[in-house]
Amino acid sequence: MKIVVAVKQVPERDAAVRVAADGRSVDESDVAWTMNEPDAYALEEALQLKERDGDGEVIVLCAGPERVTSTLREALAKGADRAIHVVTTDEGEGSLAARDTLGVAKLLAEAIKTESPDLVLTGLQSDDLGAGQTGVVVAELLGVPHATLVLQVERVDAGIKVKRELEDGWFQHIEMPLPALLTIQSGGNKLRYATLMGIKKAKSKETRELAAVAAGSRVDEVVKVALPERVKRTEMLTGSTDEIAAKIVEKLKFEVKIL
Amino acid sequence: MSKVLVVMEQKGDAGWHRISLEALAAGQKLAAELGVTCSAVILGESAATAPLAAELATKKLDTAWSVGHAQLAHYTADGWVAVLQQLIAEQQPQYVVFPHTYQVRDYAPALATRLGQVLISDVTAIHAGPVFVRQWMQGKLNAEYAHKGEGVCLVSVQAGSFRADEVEAGSCEVKTFTPQIEVSQIRTKPSEPFREAAQTVDLSAAQVIVSVGRGIGEQENLGLVEELAAALGAELAASRPICDAGWLPMERQVGSSGQTVAPKLYLAVGISGAIQHLVGMKGAKTVIAINKDADAPIFEIADIGVVGDLFEVVPALTKAIKGAV
Repeated sequence: MKIVVAVKQVPERDAAVRVAADGRSVDESDVAWTMNEPDAYALEEALQLKERDGDGEVIVLCAGPERVTSTLREALAKGADRAIHVVTTDEGEGSLAARDTLGVAKLLAEAIKTESPDLVLTGLQSDDLGAGQTGVVVAELLGVPHATLVLQVERVDAGIKVKRELEDGWFQHIEMPLPALLTIQSGGNKLRYATLMGIKKAKSKETRELAAVAAGSRVDEVVKVALPERVKRTEMLTGSTDEIAAKIVEKLKFEVKIL
Repeated sequence: MSKVLVVMEQKGDAGWHRISLEALAAGQKLAAELGVTCSAVILGESAATAPLAAELATKKLDTAWSVGHAQLAHYTADGWVAVLQQLIAEQQPQYVVFPHTYQVRDYAPALATRLGQVLISDVTAIHAGPVFVRQWMQGKLNAEYAHKGEGVCLVSVQAGSFRADEVEAGSCEVKTFTPQIEVSQIRTKPSEPFREAAQTVDLSAAQVIVSVGRGIGEQENLGLVEELAAALGAELAASRPICDAGWLPMERQVGSSGQTVAPKLYLAVGISGAIQHLVGMKGAKTVIAINKDADAPIFEIADIGVVGDLFEVVPALTKAIKGAV
């Protein structure tokens, strides 16, 4: 089975994020970048599917500026066979930020069409913008069926059967023909680390560069980005560790009344 | 003609998905601010939608749309997209408001694409304009979105952002809409939902919960919070990453994909407070948060906060509690 995994590069979780001078975007100057965690689960699922089948190909796809090559290398080191980099500019009209979800999905869909894969996998959402839509929009642009929040994938005669997470601890199996697109939920598999051998091998693997199609106009517009207002007045406790512990115990006794 | 359309969702065999009533309140508010009318729609099998549409008829709406079809007996993205596209084409709403449920996440982005639009998803507030507020960076930033152009604007609202008890009562007419949909249009075959092993942990009734997140670092460090929970007589809970890693069972997960809790005390240890977690615990009476990152969103909803190293604070707190009881 030929599988394309679309991944995104996002700021590291612990990164201190600042609003950019324009008041409408994130200041990326000091940001350390990493692979979006839900996409790492999608990559893992693809690698496991290939290993179970005993044959097939896993192609990792990422759109963004030069910096995203580190994320592609990480995926190659974990076991992806080759990579596609849709090259955008760092900022300005050609950048990812200039595109809305539909614009970014078009970049990915155009690249996926050049491969005609059996299956496209991606994470259920990104840790930065968190729209949770790119996968579904790509499926619609490719004209293939999809399922979201997928925990397990298995081959069946008619295509694939997936286990999908519903709310409140419920699950559901869904069957669909191939080609198809799935957005992967975290926790369905265990992430692997890149081995030294994997890192070495990655150096000889192919990365194909594709020029990004021009960005169309956005349907939506980000008019302002700001730090959230605190909805509650939080009483911040300070002092030595023992003083803080004693203050909490006081509150548990006299305010929360559980001691 | 109604300019705001709210897409309601049924839960299981009977009644509403709770967030759809919150979406209804959001839709009514948006319509009132724009000076237009609001309608709502429920999709499903005819027998299932009729009583729900009758209930919508008791709300302050222009029309309660009942869209029944045999092909809608079970949810499929293809079915929902095709039918809503037809209703939107006929009714021409300016705004379509969805509850941000798993089901909506599955089909609304595809519906938006068919309409040449982008869903503004997971909205936590609507300001004058209208401007739609949603979170970036796991809640560290708020971004305000405006819709451009003439086309329909699609918005989904996050759980707990609007109040179901603020849905305005009234009366309206129930109208049926008969969609054109063929079995061949539905490409996926869903089977009946199921549960795995019976749930043995009911966190919803717990009075005191100690909850642990990524900040704990390693599985072997869990002993620290287990001791704290034992000292408090608390249930132990966790955010999703801890359960994903298999360090605690999934049934101890609090959040949108886990349990919803409302204890007297929720003590969050090393939890940054992504919105998916917050929606599961913001009903807690008192929230105490211990986190090394002063900018962590958990402090936005905490009553009492400690910015510090949990590996120092938690053992000291456990000791102090043992000394106090």
